[in-house]
Amino acid sequence: MAIWFRKSINVSANYLKAKTGLRGLLNQRHPSPCFHSKFSSPTSLNGKNYRNPPSFLGNSTTLFGSPRFESVKAGSQEELLYDNGGHQDQALDFPGGTVPFTPEMRFISENSKERIPCYRVLDDNGNLIMHSSFVQVNKEDALKMYGTMVTLQTMDTIFYEAQRQGRISFYVTSIGEEAINISSAAALTPEDVILAQETQYREPGVLLWRGFTLQEFSNQCLGNKSDYGKGRQMPIHYGSNKHNYFTVSSPIATQLPQAVGAAYSLKMDGKDACVVTYFGDGGSSEGDFHAALNFAAVMEAPVIFICRNNGWAISTPVSEQFRSDGIVVKGQAYGIRSIRVDGNDALAVYSATRAAREMAITEQRPVLIEALTYRVGHHSTSDDSTKYRPVDEIEHWKMSRNPIARFRRWVDGNGWWNDKDESELRGNLRKQLLHAIQVAEKVEKPPLSDLFTDVYENTPSNLIQQEELLRQTIERHPQDYPSDVPL
Amino acid sequence: MTTTTTTASLRRFPRFDFVSKFTPSSCASSRRGFSTTTSSSTAGGSCTEYALTLQQQQQQLESGSRGKSINLFSAINQALHIALDSDPRKFSIPVLYSAYVFGEDVSFGGVFRCTTGLADRFGKQRVFNTPLCEQGIVGFGIGLAAMGNRAIAEIQFADYIYPAFDQACIVNEAAKFRYRSGNQFNCGGLTIRAPYGAVGHGGHYHSQSPEAFFCHVPGIKVVIPRSPSQAKGLLLSCIRDPNPVVFFEPKWLYRLAVEEVPEQDYMLPLSEAEVIREGSDISLVGWGAQLSVMEQACVEAEKEGISCELIDLKTLLPWDKETVEASVCKTGRLLISHEAPVTGGFGAEISASIVERCFLRLEAPVARICGLDTPFPLVFEPFYMPTKNKVANIGRNQIDSELLVTDLIHQCHQHMGRNHACLEMKGGNNEMEKRGEKIRKRALS
Repeated sequence: MAIWFRKSINVSANYLKAKTGLRGLLNQRHPSPCFHSKFSSPTSLNGKNYRNPPSFLGNSTTLFGSPRFESVKAGSQEELLYDNGGHQDQALDFPGGTVPFTPEMRFISENSKERIPCYRVLDDNGNLIMHSSFVQVNKEDALKMYGTMVTLQTMDTIFYEAQRQGRISFYVTSIGEEAINISSAAALTPEDVILAQETQYREPGVLLWRGFTLQEFSNQCLGNKSDYGKGRQMPIHYGSNKHNYFTVSSPIATQLPQAVGAAYSLKMDGKDACVVTYFGDGGSSEGDFHAALNFAAVMEAPVIFICRNNGWAISTPVSEQFRSDGIVVKGQAYGIRSIRVDGNDALAVYSATRAAREMAITEQRPVLIEALTYRVGHHSTSDDSTKYRPVDEIEHWKMSRNPIARFRRWVDGNGWWNDKDESELRGNLRKQLLHAIQVAEKVEKPPLSDLFTDVYENTPSNLIQQEELLRQTIERHPQDYPSDVPL
Repeated sequence: MTTTTTTASLRRFPRFDFVSKFTPSSCASSRRGFSTTTSSSTAGGSCTEYALTLQQQQQQLESGSRGKSINLFSAINQALHIALDSDPRKFSIPVLYSAYVFGEDVSFGGVFRCTTGLADRFGKQRVFNTPLCEQGIVGFGIGLAAMGNRAIAEIQFADYIYPAFDQACIVNEAAKFRYRSGNQFNCGGLTIRAPYGAVGHGGHYHSQSPEAFFCHVPGIKVVIPRSPSQAKGLLLSCIRDPNPVVFFEPKWLYRLAVEEVPEQDYMLPLSEAEVIREGSDISLVGWGAQLSVMEQACVEAEKEGISCELIDLKTLLPWDKETVEASVCKTGRLLISHEAPVTGGFGAEISASIVERCFLRLEAPVARICGLDTPFPLVFEPFYMPTKNKVANIGRNQIDSELLVTDLIHQCHQHMGRNHACLEMKGGNNEMEKRGEKIRKRALS
């Protein structure tokens, strides 16, 4: 590995150029007497209170009063920070690209001064924000989006109740995050038939959008014979081959590097499709998240990473999860284009996902979307979130920041929806869901043989023997085994 | 289960030659009509296909068409060339599968030269370096395989496979991919290659044999070859097997083991052990590089009139109990040997299973000659290793008729066996005998 310095290094010219960006200084080669003094005395650092960042972190005004020396910000300003103005002799020819020199010892700040703004289209009242850029949604799509959001919300409510009644063993709601679920799914075009969806477990809305029926959801949650997963996983671990939706697994963020591999396959096959994968704020702490972003960037894989930053990983708030400005800033470090979006704004999520998909496919690159939202429900049915977060906070997000209500105001404003439609929809959904659960409850459990199949493509001899032994034991003690599992 | 005899006309065992015997392999694989692999609808891994291939292979071998003498890494290299050649990219040619090879430093040929010439021949889109991140490599491989490709991932050393072992990849994802989806999805096209085992100077982190960890994971297969021709045939089987496979390559043999390897495309069956040396007094079971040690022990024992049967397990998960059982029923004694630490090693599983099946036929306790229960040491490697002497001595004790008179003496012998490794290091055969005598007296009183 050769690291070598180009000759004719003129420190001051480079410095001035970098500081001022003045083209006129580019070719001047004169020593700058001033800037050296800034850190000339090492003792000047010792007495500082480090709570106030030392000036070499770039927060103080610089010699020429340029504000440019602030820490690196995600966005468009970074190109100015180390602008060497084509002074190639002032650069380190390094594997991976030329790096300009600077005489200034300046640490990049740990944070930018201002947080990365959050893209939104609709204000809290569902009104379009002036000058917002977004992809127009027609009436038909808007109503389908709205209807699916309400379906998801109703499904969550009823399944949650069913769990409380002991009819299903476990459940996880998506309450408060319906817009991310549905709008991102809606932004992916119907032509994306082979689009592989790799998800965590709070994105059933994507599957719902794709046509997974309430009966299919119920079958999975009940773990009956019609569950595609053959009753092997806990409720909410959906998966559907025909909907290009890989089966959910519980471990956090493991789907992310897999999504990159799947995306690489689409890329190699020249498909007009990308992979979309979801994860939470907590998931961004997993090694797999970092592995995946790095791999995606290096492999130039057409994959969209959608982070549902809902503020809480079970009981861990984001302040105890990371010290960065959320997830969006991590994209740039990996060389990935990123955007922060209001996750409770259906139009913003829709527009951002559409744009991301376009970039991912046409430019064959990964895109990161951080959607800010809030987990209004408990983490799961095994959790009581009022033990670790204020009820006021939950209520605020539930009422004032409700994504469905906000989208409805916009839909209402267009004259596409009214109260009668609303009550009709909700009433029907409730009936359909209760019916679906009742039907699913009556379907028998998967047969015992399903315990042993699919470990490998063909069942090996040890499993065949174990099945025989188990059956002998069951024959002797049938009363000790669940009667609803067909033998 | 059957004992394969297909390699009978090959050298049974790798030839060891400490002079650099590196023969650059002819990378261009001539398939010579052996295109038996891409047409299958089951990822090329069905048993019938194996059988066909084996039959063809045998015909080929019988007709006198043998390959060149090459070393183990060249055999791996040949297999990878064939795998990429026989499964071209979907985009250009309508085929069922596309094969990809990737991992750290594979692009220039890999640190062990196993991937030499692949990137030049098949392009950097199908043979590529990855960032230095094992969980990323395997996770990426799972995704690639789940889309219907053959993903051949290299982990540079088995010692570094642990980041990929955890929840991200092998245990929780690859192994359960098919099962958890109710067979809607699978990542059966995934093969993870990793060099394993001692190499003489590898210390803690370039010597480990982590196979036992993986043998505790239903849903994956674990395969370890013993020689170049085995490596090529088994690797091609693993790549085309419709289940995720971890393939450990004995790195000590990469250059050391040289034998004639058929140039064509051939596969050897998984989950079938092979009796590579027939005998009547004791069965020895091992895999990978350890077989050469055991072979030498067999030769030594033979000089003393002890006839050893040596079995190469080849596939550790799911493993061929029947072949081992049949052998032990014949000999009445079993010795298992592996480099990994003895406690919790795969030898324990074999021992337990064979005792279950052959308890009444056993004439001596099952012996395990394995690595010590320490981290793999550098300077002490010659002491740590389950060497020829350890194997032969225990083998001898197993046969010792005096010690087989009564059950009590069985116990006594077992105790001696346990202490044997340390006693040997002290050079104390006398001490061992004294101690044995003492135990025997105590047991009989």
